[in-house]
Amino acid sequence: MEITQKNGNIILRVENLKMYFPILRGLIIQRKIGDIKAVDGVSFFIRRGETLGLVGESGCGKSTTGRAILQLYRPTGGHVYFEGKDLTKLKGRELRQMRRRIQMIFQDPYASLNPRMTVEAIVGEPLEVHGIAKGKAKRERVQELLAQVGLNPYFINRYPHEFSGGQRQRIGIARALAVDPDFIVCDEPISALDVSIQAQIINLLQDLQEQRGLTYLFIAHDLSVVRHISDRVAVMYLGKIVEMADRDELYENPLHPYTQALLSAVPIPDPEVEMKRQRIILHGEVPSPANPPKGCNFHTRCPRVMDICREKEPAFVDVGGEHFVACFLYSDKVAEESEVTTG
Amino acid sequence: MADTLLDVRNLTVRFYTQDGIVHAVNGVTYQVHEGETVAIVGESGCGKSVGVMSLIRLIPQPPGKITDGEVWFEGQNLLELPEDELRHVRGNRIAMIFQDPMTSLNPVLTIGYQIEEALQLHLGLSRTEARQRAIELLKMVGIPDAEKRIDDYPHQFSGGMRQRVMIALGLSCNPKLLIADEPTTALDVTIQAQIIELVKRLRDELGMAVIWITHDLAVVAGLAQRVLVMYAGQIIEAGNVFDIYQDPRHPYTLGLLNSIPRLDKVGRRLEPIEGLPPDLLSLPKGCPFAPRCRFRIDRCLEENPSLSPVAPGHEVACWVDVRTGRPR
Repeated sequence: MEITQKNGNIILRVENLKMYFPILRGLIIQRKIGDIKAVDGVSFFIRRGETLGLVGESGCGKSTTGRAILQLYRPTGGHVYFEGKDLTKLKGRELRQMRRRIQMIFQDPYASLNPRMTVEAIVGEPLEVHGIAKGKAKRERVQELLAQVGLNPYFINRYPHEFSGGQRQRIGIARALAVDPDFIVCDEPISALDVSIQAQIINLLQDLQEQRGLTYLFIAHDLSVVRHISDRVAVMYLGKIVEMADRDELYENPLHPYTQALLSAVPIPDPEVEMKRQRIILHGEVPSPANPPKGCNFHTRCPRVMDICREKEPAFVDVGGEHFVACFLYSDKVAEESEVTTG
Repeated sequence: MADTLLDVRNLTVRFYTQDGIVHAVNGVTYQVHEGETVAIVGESGCGKSVGVMSLIRLIPQPPGKITDGEVWFEGQNLLELPEDELRHVRGNRIAMIFQDPMTSLNPVLTIGYQIEEALQLHLGLSRTEARQRAIELLKMVGIPDAEKRIDDYPHQFSGGMRQRVMIALGLSCNPKLLIADEPTTALDVTIQAQIIELVKRLRDELGMAVIWITHDLAVVAGLAQRVLVMYAGQIIEAGNVFDIYQDPRHPYTLGLLNSIPRLDKVGRRLEPIEGLPPDLLSLPKGCPFAPRCRFRIDRCLEENPSLSPVAPGHEVACWVDVRTGRPR
């Protein structure tokens, strides 16, 4: 595969990742009658210290991709190489040890903190699980972490309900940082927050990245936020990455018709800009991942659809300068698997 | 300028709860002209939803209570109208669409039934006429196969399609005013663009006025003619859309615009507004934004400024001129 041959200091490489969820029918004897193809052959890489933004609309599989990387779901197929080690092959103790290096920040700061645990217990738990610190040392470490994320260290005996949404998200960030990870999956970390608070968390994430050399996979649906925080951006649609490129290249020269439509749909807070803009309004809605269309996933809504798009699936190819796109407008190459199934 | 359609004067709403009195809306005054689109922008808890729900007395009373104010609409003060007369205004002259269409549609009735019910009740149409009109409305909001889908239940529609159904329902009686309370917040960006285009088209075709409530400054930049910015139950800045986005005069509006990343601009560090919105149970003396304000002077902690004009049609509630940082 083309992507794997690129060099650079690659920390994470995902190859042909697939995550299917079975559709079951029957009460007592359950039969599998199909699959929800939440993630269907996703490949990308992330370099050390950079932020890869993963954008797409709800249900496109971006969060599932993040969870499958951490092995919170066991992928149906494909590989996740973290520093060369295939996480999909790890189990038990080995996997737990790898989790010290990879952490996650969740979307909902209300659901991701146990309401019966104090801040000390929440942020300190990973320290104990991984045998990093106990007792007084743990307490000091937790206070240090709270200070780093901009919370008062004296809050350690408080419970989550005593904090606002933005403060809770800071607790979630402190918990992720506790084990001193290299790589953090940020799953919509600001979507549940108020506008004036979002910027506080974005700046915090950027500062921490600079101080600690962190690598982020930043999952979000807000394209303006992703442009702000990412070095490179991947766009997902219905379980597949349709385009991936450097941030500015992707936003200034989008190639895939879906990326073009998505970018044109994002409102800009400036009435003068808005008056001049031409929108590409997509018709119809996203098909069900239980029954994705034959050929290119996007052909049912694509304004530039051709005959071949309905028959074959385009390959995800580099059209120059690490700008990857899966579209027949730019390359005749057919995706490997689709050749097998249609042939 | 077109005639005034809605005239809200000093609207004040409180909630009497176990924990104390929540000062949800604190003396809000504004007008909406015929055919005009006004956006009300603010963060959660700023009173933007309660404020418009109170216009047609949709807040639960108790614990809520409209303690002061007048709402003049087509020559009537809606706050003093008897309940049965107000019912002829709600859904008929003033329609409302909400953020989550699933909770505003009845899940056990077909969408056709729900639209026809409104038409029979408000316009006195017969069943066959109502059904005919309901199909027309569904076609108008872009529901494919309207003849068949009219007999479907709400759960058989996707989020975007459900919001279209809600809009059809809202428009069924040709309202003069449509109140849209975060109608696109739960939707994906491509679907949001579809709904905004739809509302714009229908507004121009039907000549109705729109109040669009949102927390997202970007959404209304291309939609509204006038913008009201709310904070802690008060309007802190009001002006036409160009004033607000290009020449914001309140530190909070300025802060909001500087704290959101823009798709077309890159490389600038975001400037967050530090701190948290105030607790509406115990509002600070003075300006509610003062504790978070970069431009704060001593007077801000003592006296709450009221809206006053800085330019024609542009009003700000602030003691300081943000352009110079000195008192006005």
